Amino acid sequence: MGAYFSEIFLGLWSLLIGLGITFKEFFKPVVTVPYPFKTIKMSDRYRGHIELVEDESGEPKCIACMMCQRACPSGCISITTKTEKYEVEVDGEMKTKKRKILIGWDLNFTTCSLCGQCVESCNKDAINFSKEYNLASFNKEDFHFDLLNRLKERNS
Amino acid sequence: MSGPIHIRKDETFTLNVGPQHPATHGVLRVKMEMDGEYIVKAETVLGYIHRMHELMGENRTYPQVLPNLSRLDYLGAMGYTHGHVLAVERAAGIEVPERAEYVRAIMVELNRVASHLFWFGAFVMDLGGFTPLMYAIEDREYILDMLEAVTGSRLTYCYFRFGGLYNDVDDDFVNAARAFIPRMRKSLKKYDALVTGNIIFRKRLENIGPISAEMCRKYGATGPVARGAGIDFDVRKNEPYSVYPEFDFDVPVYHECDSLARYKVRMDEMEQSLRIIEQGLDKLPEGPIMPKKKPKLIKPPKGDYYQAVETARGSFGIRIVSDGTKNAYRFKLRSPTYSNMSLFDEACEGMMIMDALAMMGSLDLVIPEIDR
Repeated sequence: MGAYFSEIFLGLWSLLIGLGITFKEFFKPVVTVPYPFKTIKMSDRYRGHIELVEDESGEPKCIACMMCQRACPSGCISITTKTEKYEVEVDGEMKTKKRKILIGWDLNFTTCSLCGQCVESCNKDAINFSKEYNLASFNKEDFHFDLLNRLKERNS
Repeated sequence: MSGPIHIRKDETFTLNVGPQHPATHGVLRVKMEMDGEYIVKAETVLGYIHRMHELMGENRTYPQVLPNLSRLDYLGAMGYTHGHVLAVERAAGIEVPERAEYVRAIMVELNRVASHLFWFGAFVMDLGGFTPLMYAIEDREYILDMLEAVTGSRLTYCYFRFGGLYNDVDDDFVNAARAFIPRMRKSLKKYDALVTGNIIFRKRLENIGPISAEMCRKYGATGPVARGAGIDFDVRKNEPYSVYPEFDFDVPVYHECDSLARYKVRMDEMEQSLRIIEQGLDKLPEGPIMPKKKPKLIKPPKGDYYQAVETARGSFGIRIVSDGTKNAYRFKLRSPTYSNMSLFDEACEGMMIMDALAMMGSLDLVIPEIDR
């Protein structure tokens, strides 16, 4: 009989302790952010989708070596190039040489897993992460980024 | 009290729990044959989010598989990546600088605390208490912020590299981690008073959901499930890897075999993880985070390699069979939750359904890791 009542008393006491803890929490500062009205700043190392980096003249640093395309686990990078012939003067003679020109840099963000292998594999520091994260859309095509165009738009 | 009062085989009905059910924490389906509120027979049905991670591991180069390992278990991703990098480092014979090893241990333990915190919140929510989840998530947020500032990602980190780390930790991280430890200790005391002492919580878990040591051995259960059944096994102690032999920590073991024992093991493990983090921060040496000499293309010599690590859920093993090319010939993942869940069918026979769901919560299931 005594055990029965002591169990009831101790049980009620344990509930009161819990209530005391939750009551104290009422007076603590709010830690949440009312999201659409307020946003938090992303940290410097935040890995968003990738972006091309420009050099001093505003042109992309990318030399189309295809290292990132090969490193990507999901195959979401596609770089298009064309070969151009140009003439250069070597030891007083004119010589024709070939070079690769970057004409398209497409990122299929629907399959990207944000692992950062492309940025790491780049030898020219030509890509980095953007800090953008508000990327919701109803349209699948919105996630096929043409990074070369984005770079031009950013500069203009 | 568990155990059936009477079971009439002729009047049973089938109850489907899942694949979409909040108690299963994912897309796990449990087909239960019920007699009233008592379970006669249960059968877990898997494969709803099978993504062929093992086959992907065989078709991709070793660095390309790295992001996959984080997708196995989204709550404790660091530990799984740790297993992969250790296995490949063992296979290819890559030396790891000391600083990188220490940072790895700190990161894995922080992630273990975060994982256990989320489990704690979800488990109490399974039992009908919503408030502790909010407190647990608040503490977990501190860890995620710390990890995000270093790794750049909140859940699927992909932070470890073969031979080292993606980038170095800074003073901000070290200070934040130091400030976090006393905060977390205070919170653990709060949880103890709020939840562990609670009479409703105890009545629902004490002597309910027995999983014996014998059953754990039969199904290969590891981690907190086995330690709650009195098996003193922790990969960090029994098969030490990385810098774990340098740390002084205990392995909490409880012999009650009930759901409460498994709960207590995890709560004590958080305290032990904090101890490891504290020691790691004190001992953190200066130096490089990547080795000077590292092969450009990782091609392990022919052979069969295995590495086990202790993740938040138990012993995670990774087996790599290499044929000397840049892809693995066989890439086998031994996930702890799969073994831990397998014993559910046998353990829940004759239990009441809400006790069985409480027991399922105490197993700490993460479904993407079972199906993988």
